[in-house]
Parts: sequence; structure tokens; C-alpha cells
Amino acid sequence: MKKIMMMVVVFALSATAAAKEWKTVRIGVEGAYPPFSYTTESGEVKGFDIDIANALCQSMKVKCKMVPQDWDGMIPSLLSRKFDAIIASMSITEERKQKVDFTDKYYHTPVRFVRKKGADIAISPEGLKGKVVGVQRSTTSDRYLTDVYGEAVTIKRYSTQDEAYLDMKAGRLDLLLGDIIPLSDGFLKKEGGDNYEFFGPTISDQKWFGEGIGIAIRKQNKDLKDLFNKAIKQIRADGTYDKIQKRYFDFDIYGQ
Amino acid sequence: MDFKEVILQYVDYKVILDNLPMYFDGLVMTVQLVFISLVIGLCMAVPLAVLRLSKNRWVAWPVWLYTYFFRGTPLLVQLFLIYYGMGQFIDLNASSIGAFFKDAYYCALVAFTLNTAAYTTEIIRGAMKETPRGEIEAAKAYGMSYFQTFYRIILPSAFRRALPAYCNEVVFMLHGSAIAGVVTIMDITGVARVVYSRFYTPFEAFIFAGLLYMMLTFLIVWAFKQLEHRWLAHLRPRS
Repeated sequence: MKKIMMMVVVFALSATAAAKEWKTVRIGVEGAYPPFSYTTESGEVKGFDIDIANALCQSMKVKCKMVPQDWDGMIPSLLSRKFDAIIASMSITEERKQKVDFTDKYYHTPVRFVRKKGADIAISPEGLKGKVVGVQRSTTSDRYLTDVYGEAVTIKRYSTQDEAYLDMKAGRLDLLLGDIIPLSDGFLKKEGGDNYEFFGPTISDQKWFGEGIGIAIRKQNKDLKDLFNKAIKQIRADGTYDKIQKRYFDFDIYGQ
Repeated sequence: MDFKEVILQYVDYKVILDNLPMYFDGLVMTVQLVFISLVIGLCMAVPLAVLRLSKNRWVAWPVWLYTYFFRGTPLLVQLFLIYYGMGQFIDLNASSIGAFFKDAYYCALVAFTLNTAAYTTEIIRGAMKETPRGEIEAAKAYGMSYFQTFYRIILPSAFRRALPAYCNEVVFMLHGSAIAGVVTIMDITGVARVVYSRFYTPFEAFIFAGLLYMMLTFLIVWAFKQLEHRWLAHLRPRS
């Protein structure tokens, strides 16, 4: 019995490790991180990440299937083969690299604090003492906040960025920490967001925020990683990337 | 390679060992939340059950509505209503009632208490209704007043009859409390979700949370067994 089980395991591993022709690529997307991904009233997931995913698939000449997945379960779902790649504004970090492979970056933006306009807060371990800060669970912002200010502040962790916005508006949070673009487009520019403001410097320490945002792939699928890297270069070169970017932003989010 | 080695190769038990203190905090949080809401809920349920049994429609009907609402909607919806809904109507930073609802812990406590009070009301009501007529008649014959009858006869025998059903309610409440993590509370499930998303180990994180809940459940069931043994002794077959 044991032998049979082992054989099944070995067979399953070897079968998937073998290179295969990529005809359909299933892509994990989030759907609660505007403007990179958001869910429309009809339940469709749209946004920058999704447009980029579609452009990449077109360039790779494969069929794409978007699979919505909560942020928490992104990497576990990739590892358990619910999809083959994650295009969900995921930062390339050393920690994640232990579990998955990343392509080259497809954009790179810093994070920043948001406070209520005029609130009396200073960004230092003393100035933040006793403040309540909201972040999305297991993001680079979460890691940074836990490591750097974990002793001083109370951290509230949310499943989605949207829930953190709700609690900021309800007055349960003193600060938000997150990527500047979702904070600006998903919160500050939305209804009721004009009572809040960015404050402090932009933060992008390599140690926590890595090399930018990349596409996560299972370590066994080196071929898929190469395909994606080629496709990223191609849409950068042929102007597709700029065309998509202009739909959402008035500046270059690719970074240096 | 035997089966144990295969398991150890795939199960990352070190993640659990490293995070034991966090799990312990979560355990304390869960037990505290559930225990406090059960105690307050039970204290509310007894008078509510009496009102619910009242022959006066205007007294019985509001209690019926209350239990109907809280038994008819999911606990998660009730928690969302209180946690996110309150913020819409009252300024959480302006008043003392706002300060109360600002804290996720109190929001969960209110939701859990109202929920368990509704179920317990119905359990006790049912048990009171089943009081044998003879016992009440006997009490009357002894010249007991209404309140004496209530405290000496109806309530003790109703509690006895309600015990098995109430044990279920306590276990359900414990399991229902797993949703506290949704509103940023670090209960057992909340801790498991942090461990899961930080180390990408869903199986380990949740199987350990499951074991903790199971341990608590066994403790509860065991405790109620002892109570039943003591208080329902008269119902046991003679041996």
C-alpha cells in the first residue's frame, strides 16, 4: 500500500515537472485592489493587472483564463495548481522567492502613509506610539510595518485593501500604509477621501519592497517564466504597455 | 522511506512550533470572547424566556421578533452589521458609545452575546414550557407564590431539561466565534490566517487551529457530561 502511494506521488511529480506546450495559462488575479484589479458590478475582474495579463498572453500566443483569488491564498493556490501564474501586483521579495519564482518586474511603485488631514502624527517610533495602522495582511507593507514599527503601533490586518479603507473612514484607524497608487486611486480620490492625505516620505527599501512587482510562477515552470519575460520585453518595446498604462495613470509606473 | 518520513517531508511542523506563543494568545482571546458572551447571553436569556412565554401579546411578540431575527440570520452578517454598520451612523471618535463600537473586540462581543442570547432564550423557553403540570399544581397546593414557584420549581427543572441542548449551543458558539478574525480580532482562526499567509502553509496553520478548537470542544462536552451526571441523576436508569 505504502509503495503504491509513493509511486503515485512520484509519478504525479514527474508528470508535471516535464515541460509541456503552454496552450492555456490560468492566471490568478485579485479583484479588490483598484485600479490594478477591481470587481465590476457584474462580477467581472478588471484593471491594470488584468489588461497587462491579457496583453502578455496575446504576445505569448496563448489562451488566458483569469482565476479570481483572495490575496491571502494567492501563493498557496499557485502551489496547489489552481492556476499557473499570479498577476496581482505582487512584490518580488526574498521571502516569497523561497516558495515561487518571479519574472522580471512589470512595474515598481513605492508605499506611503495616509492620515486624516492635519492629524498630529510624526513618522518615528515615538511619533507613532499607540497609533492604529491598517494594512493588507501579508503584503510588503505589512512586513515592513511589523519589522520597523511593530513595537510602537497597533497593526490591524485586513484581507483586502478595501476593508482597510472602510475602517479608516469609520475612524478605527489613525493611519493606512500601502502602495501609493491604490491608496490614491482607490481611496483618496474616491468619495469621502478628500478628508485624508498622504504624509511622510515614500518608502521603497529594497529589503522589504524588493525589486518591484513581478509575475509569480511555480519553480518547476522555468519555461513559462521565460515566456513571460520575453512577453514583458515585447509589450514594453512595441508600445502596448504604454497604451495600457495611459488608461490608468498619468505618469510612468514602470520605474527605472 | 516509511510513511512517517513522507509526512514529515511535506508537513512543516516547525511553523507551528515557532508560532506557539501567537496561537496561545489566540486561544485566550477565543475562550475569553466565547465565555463572556455566553455568560451575559445566559443572564439575558432567562428573563427573555419568561417574557416570551407571557400571555400578553405585546410582551411576548417583541421577544419573538428578536429571537426570530437573530436565529434567522447568519452570525457573520450580524457581526458585519455591528462592526461596519455602526460606523456609518455614529461618529466612532466623538462619543463614548462610539468609542465602544470602535473596538473590534466589543463589536464581536455584542454580536456574539445577542446571538447566543436569542438561541438560549428559545432553549429555556422550550424547557420551561415542558414543566410537568403536576409539579406546578403541587407547588400551588403548598401555598407557594408565583415567584416562589418560579425560583424553586420551574427554573431548576427547566435548567436541568435544557442542559443537553445548551451544551450544543455552547459548542456552536465556540465554532461560530471563528468569524471574529474577519474583523481584525486575533482569535485562533485569526492567528491561523496570519500564519498561513505569512509562511504559505495552509495545511499546518489550519490543522493546528482545528486541533485547538477540538480540544476546547471536548473540554466543554466533558464538563457538561459531569453536570448532567450530577443534575440529571434522577433520570438515569437504576443500576
